[in-house]
Amino acid sequence: MTGSLLPLGAPLPGASFTELIRSLDLAPEWSLGPDAPPSGFHPPDATTVLALRYDGGVVMVGDRQATAGYDIAHRHIQKVFAADSYSAVAISGTAGLGVELIRLFQTELEHYEKLEGVRLSLEGKATYLARMVRSQLPMALQGFVVVPLFCGIEPESGTGHVFTFDAIGGRYEERDFGTAGSGSREARAYLRTVYSTGSDRTEAIDHSIAALVAAAGQDLATGGPDLRRGIYPNVFTVTTDGVQEVDRAEVAEAAERALEVVR
Amino acid sequence: MTLPFYVAPEQLVKDRAEYARKGIARGRSIAALEVREGVLLLAENPSRTLTKTSEIYDRIAFAGVGKYNEFESLRVAGIRYADIKGYQYGRRDVTAKSLASAFSQTLGNIFVQGPKPFEVEVLVAEVGRTVAEDRLFKVTYDGTLYDKRGYTAIGGQADELSDRLGEDYEGTLGLAEALTLTANAFREVEGRAIDGWEGALLAREGPPRRFRRLTKEELGEIANS
Repeated sequence: MTGSLLPLGAPLPGASFTELIRSLDLAPEWSLGPDAPPSGFHPPDATTVLALRYDGGVVMVGDRQATAGYDIAHRHIQKVFAADSYSAVAISGTAGLGVELIRLFQTELEHYEKLEGVRLSLEGKATYLARMVRSQLPMALQGFVVVPLFCGIEPESGTGHVFTFDAIGGRYEERDFGTAGSGSREARAYLRTVYSTGSDRTEAIDHSIAALVAAAGQDLATGGPDLRRGIYPNVFTVTTDGVQEVDRAEVAEAAERALEVVR
Repeated sequence: MTLPFYVAPEQLVKDRAEYARKGIARGRSIAALEVREGVLLLAENPSRTLTKTSEIYDRIAFAGVGKYNEFESLRVAGIRYADIKGYQYGRRDVTAKSLASAFSQTLGNIFVQGPKPFEVEVLVAEVGRTVAEDRLFKVTYDGTLYDKRGYTAIGGQADELSDRLGEDYEGTLGLAEALTLTANAFREVEGRAIDGWEGALLAREGPPRRFRRLTKEELGEIANS
C-alpha cells in the first residue's frame, strides 16, 4: 500500500487495475521462477464447468469438487462467480491460481466501470480475460494451467454469449455452449445431443446439470450432484435483469431430474 | 546565486488559503443528507456528463467541488486507493474513515508543499445499516477533516447551505422529503432558479454495490416544484 497517501500522480496508468498494482509493485506473481516444481507436487485442480445459451440469456454451471491427483481435495468449492452485473466467469485447472485470477478479473471490471463511468463491452471483458490467461503462460508451461469460461449478455441487445479459452490465452466465441475442465469432453458430448436453439431457462438449467451428471459418470475428478450430502452444483444465469445465482431448492429439483435422465 | 525571498509561514498559509477559497467560491455547491433510504447527495450541475458525485466502493461515495481536473484526479485516486485495499484485504476493510483520512493527508501535503493548493472541497459518504452508522466526512483544500452528522454541504455556498439545512432538519427524513427540503435550501441560498440537478443515493439495502444515480423521474419532482 502507498502509506496513508492516495495514489495520485501522472505515471499511474489509465483505467486498468492490473497495470495500477503492477506500477505499485503489488501485482501477483504468475511465475514459479526457473526451477521446475518437484515431482509429486499436486495443488488442487478444479474440474468441470460449462455454459450454454438459451432464449433470453445464458446459464453457467460448475461442479463443486477439487481434486489433487487421485485425492478429493475439496467437495464444496465454488468455481462459478458473477464477474460483474451482466457476466459470469468460471474456472477449471489449478484452483488456487484460478480463484486469484477471478478475484483480479472482478476487481478489474469494477475498477474500469467506476473510473470510466461505463461498463466494458462483453467482448472487451472476454478479451481482457484472455490477456490475463496469457500472462499466466509461464506457470502453464510448468504444469499449472488455468482455463476459464466466460459468459454474459450485452444489456442493450439482450442476447447471451459464451466464450471459451485455451491455456495460451486463445479466446473463442461459441455459438451454443462451451465447456472447460477434465469432464468437458463428456459434458460437450451430452450437450451436443440434447441442445436445441430457442430452449427456455428451465430446459437450459436441466440440460446443463444433466451434462454435469454425464461428465461425473465418466470422469473421476468431476463431482456430480450429491443428494445424500446435499452438495449441488453452482448455477448462475445472466439475463437483461443481471446475473443471478439460481437458488438451492431449484437446483436440487433439477439435479434430481437430471439423475433420472442420465444413466 | 540569488536567495529566495523570505516569506513568513503565516503569510504563506494565508495567501494560499485565500487563493484556494477564491477558486472554490466560484464552484456550485453539493449537499449530503442521511435519510431513511440511505445517504442522499444532491448537487447543482448543468452538465449531464461531467458528474460531481461518484461511486468509490460498495458503501462509499465521493463528491467534489472546485476545479474539475483537480477533484477528478482525487476521485480517481480515491477509487484506486479503495480498490487496492479491497483487493489486498477484504471488501469490508474499505472504510470511509481511512479514505477520508487519505484525502486529508494528500490535500494537506499539496497545500504546504505543492506549487499551488488544490482549489477543491471533497465529501466522503458511507452508508451504514442504520442511520447511526452513516458517515459524512468533509475535507477542505488545506487537508482539514470534518466529521459531520446528519447533513453537510461543500462548495461556494457551503456554510450558508449547511446552516439552512440545519434549520429544517429535524431527525431523519424519507428520500422524497429530503429532496424537497434540500432543493428549497439551494434555491433560498442561491436566490435564483437552479440550473440542473445531479442526485445520487447510497442505498441502505440492496446488492453489495449501493451507489446509484437518481433518475430524471426522481429528480423531476423537485425540478418542477
